[in-house]
Amino acid sequence: MGQTIAEKVLAAHSGSDCAAGDIVVASVDFCMAQDGTSTMMIRELENLGFEHPKTALGMGLVLDHNAPCPSVEVARVHLRIRGFADKNRIPLYETGCGVCHQVVPESGKVLPGSLVVGADSHTCTYGALNACSTGLGSADVAAAAYAGKLWFKVPETYSIIAEGQLPDRVGAKDLMLKVIGRLTADGATYKSVEFTGASVASMGMDGRFTIANMAVEMGAKFCPFSFDEKTSSWLSERGFSAGAPVSSDPDAHFEKRFDFDAADVVPQVARPHSVDNVCDASSLRGTKVQQAFLGTCTNGRLSDLEAAARLMRGRTVNRGVRFIVAPASRTVLLDAMASGVAAQLVKAGAVFVAPGCGPCVGTHAGVPSDGENVISTANRNFKGRMGNNRDVGIFLGSPETIAASAITGEITDPREV
Amino acid sequence: MRLTGNAHRFSPDDDINTDYIISGRYKFRIDDMNELAKHVMEDIDPVFSKKVCKGDFIVAGRNFGCGSSREQAPRALKAAGVSAVLAKSFARIFYRSSFNIGLPLIECDTDSIRAGDRLTVDLDAGLVTNSVTGESIQTKSIPRTMQVLLEDGGLIEHLKKHGDFALE
Ligand code: SF4
Repeated sequence: MGQTIAEKVLAAHSGSDCAAGDIVVASVDFCMAQDGTSTMMIRELENLGFEHPKTALGMGLVLDHNAPCPSVEVARVHLRIRGFADKNRIPLYETGCGVCHQVVPESGKVLPGSLVVGADSHTCTYGALNACSTGLGSADVAAAAYAGKLWFKVPETYSIIAEGQLPDRVGAKDLMLKVIGRLTADGATYKSVEFTGASVASMGMDGRFTIANMAVEMGAKFCPFSFDEKTSSWLSERGFSAGAPVSSDPDAHFEKRFDFDAADVVPQVARPHSVDNVCDASSLRGTKVQQAFLGTCTNGRLSDLEAAARLMRGRTVNRGVRFIVAPASRTVLLDAMASGVAAQLVKAGAVFVAPGCGPCVGTHAGVPSDGENVISTANRNFKGRMGNNRDVGIFLGSPETIAASAITGEITDPREV
Repeated sequence: MRLTGNAHRFSPDDDINTDYIISGRYKFRIDDMNELAKHVMEDIDPVFSKKVCKGDFIVAGRNFGCGSSREQAPRALKAAGVSAVLAKSFARIFYRSSFNIGLPLIECDTDSIRAGDRLTVDLDAGLVTNSVTGESIQTKSIPRTMQVLLEDGGLIEHLKKHGDFALE
């Protein structure tokens, strides 16, 4: 019987001939934690008597969720992370480097065929690079860092096929919101999800990162994409090797299959307070927004900023809206500066904050008030997600939808501006 | 192992995410689990931390613990005195993390359990008894891997004890 990507990667890393349902102990290639999850991992590692990695396992710590630091308490947390990284010579991605899920792949830590874990739920993002990566709690990541390996249950795989091409001003985010709307917030729990089809084949790497990023919003464990010329050039342009590409066999067993026609997808928005509460953006016309947020590990990449800038050309941000942009990394910011995209957005009225998570998780850099609505490119719209404000309505959409809404001051289908 | 306590329910009870269990605005600032425990479930029940007694249960619907990987969520629940969570299903990261830190999760049909019901959970027999309604509910059995972790006092203690993974 053929194997899926998840089965092959876990088999290669555990030296066993495993199939879905098996429990394996597999070697891990890289692990990471961010400033909200590192301290607990550090405590566990100290408890284990961990010193500089005894294994070949790569590690990285990223200061992104609360950076630049907004308070004395967080400053203490950052200090502790810096101290631990220094002492153990673990690479530390400082304030301003960007969101972990952009910084880690940009630094070449994830290659095709690798097995990666991170103390952040959106670690599944690296699936775009034909890797099996997943988010875990701090104890699990500490165990992986300590032992260089971890136990895994080999997941069943779902196949999602999106044939056809996405129309103009409709992007990977819209497709993924459509998928999550249909599968629901727990529709792929514990599963590995493989996206294929013509729309995915012609999609740029940034779009694949967006889709893999949101796989956890339907409960998925891995979201490995196939390796192709796009993966290969993304890696070689940055001077990275092609790793050990893995593809699922033609006779691999997929537990379920879902078909989508990309050509039918229109701009989608997830309404408060759950990501599967999805509808067409056009049906929300008239819903006022006071803040628009472009950024996050979902949609803070160069092509996202470019898409927003294209829409903003010759237009300005509505007077009633704060339009906040957080580039996903310093590299993204530099590229956006070099290409003129950053200047264009700022001229239109956007406020740039430091590369990193920005206001996504409600700790700093644009906390909205009760009674307000936010349209955001993030991946989560839980009640209170953006701060101490249970009466904020967070709507999720594509960079184009965010830009269109920033212009009009209400939720707007980007094809209508 | 037998646990006894009162049931706490929330509305809506599906998809209770880890932001609701412990908000991001606290988890970054507060390192002390007993302090964090004062804010547990605050966004969906502001007085929960005052109501909950040692040994009590959280009872929920589908996909409990979805969202962020923050391990503060199961740890804060445990610190608040919660002895187990009963739900129809759990999200993956929360599931692993809870057993890793020694908080048992029980998968069962929770429809008949009401807020305030007195429950006894027998982990070995896989049975929940509701002393208010007199009903017994069969639970899914806890996978062997998770039982080993619970018995060893969590993942880190397991590693310390065996020097490696000894899960089978
Ligand atoms: S950008 Fe948002 S979702 Fe992504 S890692 Fe940061 S806080 Fe999490």
